[in-house]
Amino acid sequence: MEKLSFTMKPSTPATGTRARAIVGVVASGNLEVLLERNLPANICIIDIATAAPGFAAVWEAVIEDFVTRRPAGGLHISINDGGARPDMVSLRLAQGVRLIEELEA
Amino acid sequence: MTSANSWYEAGARQRVAAMLDPGSFAEFIGPEQREISPHLAIFDLPEQFDDGIIVGHGTLEGRRILVAAQEGRFMGGAFGEVHGAKLTGLLRAARSLGEPVLILFDTGGVRLQEANAGELAIAEIMRALVEARMAGVQVLGLIGGRAGCYGGGSLIAGCCSALIVSEQGRISVSGPEVIETNKGVEEFDSRDRALVWRTMGGKHRYLIGGADAFADDDVLAFREAALIVLAGNGRLDADVLEAEQQRLEHRLHRFGEAHDAIDIWTDIGVSEPTEIPGLATDEFLRRITDKREKANGAR
Repeated sequence: MEKLSFTMKPSTPATGTRARAIVGVVASGNLEVLLERNLPANICIIDIATAAPGFAAVWEAVIEDFVTRRPAGGLHISINDGGARPDMVSLRLAQGVRLIEELEA
Repeated sequence: MTSANSWYEAGARQRVAAMLDPGSFAEFIGPEQREISPHLAIFDLPEQFDDGIIVGHGTLEGRRILVAAQEGRFMGGAFGEVHGAKLTGLLRAARSLGEPVLILFDTGGVRLQEANAGELAIAEIMRALVEARMAGVQVLGLIGGRAGCYGGGSLIAGCCSALIVSEQGRISVSGPEVIETNKGVEEFDSRDRALVWRTMGGKHRYLIGGADAFADDDVLAFREAALIVLAGNGRLDADVLEAEQQRLEHRLHRFGEAHDAIDIWTDIGVSEPTEIPGLATDEFLRRITDKREKANGAR
């Protein structure tokens, strides 16, 4: 298991009011993403535990892209990764910020 | 064929959301509490924040209900220490509160990496389930996920008041590969999918009283079936157990020599039994009317 942590300065704060959201499942080629809205609006921390060590540079590139494109400010994002490819990681992160901006059901 | 709201394809959280009244679900020990397995890190295996099971309460047509849903994609929905403790706790709460429980099974059995803790969890869950039932609480099992309901999960299912199964659901103590490994490919060819389904699949289990209701592979069909079954009483006492013991003895005597499920379907009088696996739900239910065996609230 490799643990990585990134503290980012996103361009946009997360929208909506939900306190948290969770998407995905820990399985081969898949990952779970837990989003918690508990940080200052100009910060996003992403903690990763991955079953595939040695891909820190790829994670950094995916996360740079994510915080540039998506409203991620104020979110503490925790990831358990079962060896997902970068496109799957991007998809789950996008689903996560989409879910946390939905109204509470 | 699977529907747009396929139970088989849905994840545990989607199933819970579709089963209960919209917005009514509240989770106990949610993923944000990070009650993860204490064992997986030792094996350098990835953890999941909810340890592969979601427990909580909500309402079903306005009626308070407790619910547990296993995530079959995380480690095959297998029972570990935390996973099991969450279900034990839910069943104890059900007994105290007098509220019915839905268990959305999707499991290969005990998680091998935490075998002792997992086996203990199965025993604790069965005890808590029976104690809840003795107190008059209904515990329904819903089975139609990709992992099926195997091993310790099938033992727990056997303790439930009633089981709802879809064609895709499989119920068996030993899985296909386990039987093949122990008894040889001549006994059971695990790669023969048709054999697996007609031996362990939902249609066969429903036909021989191993399940009590048959639902389409659709989350709303499972919801409708649960509402119908909840209208029953789920009684558990010595008379129920005695009647079921007699039924099972009779079943063993009658079908013990059968080599294939089709022999059993022929014996109970289903017309054109070889067509059963290919029938759509409506035709299947029509064809077996008054033919299937019925369990006695214990199986």
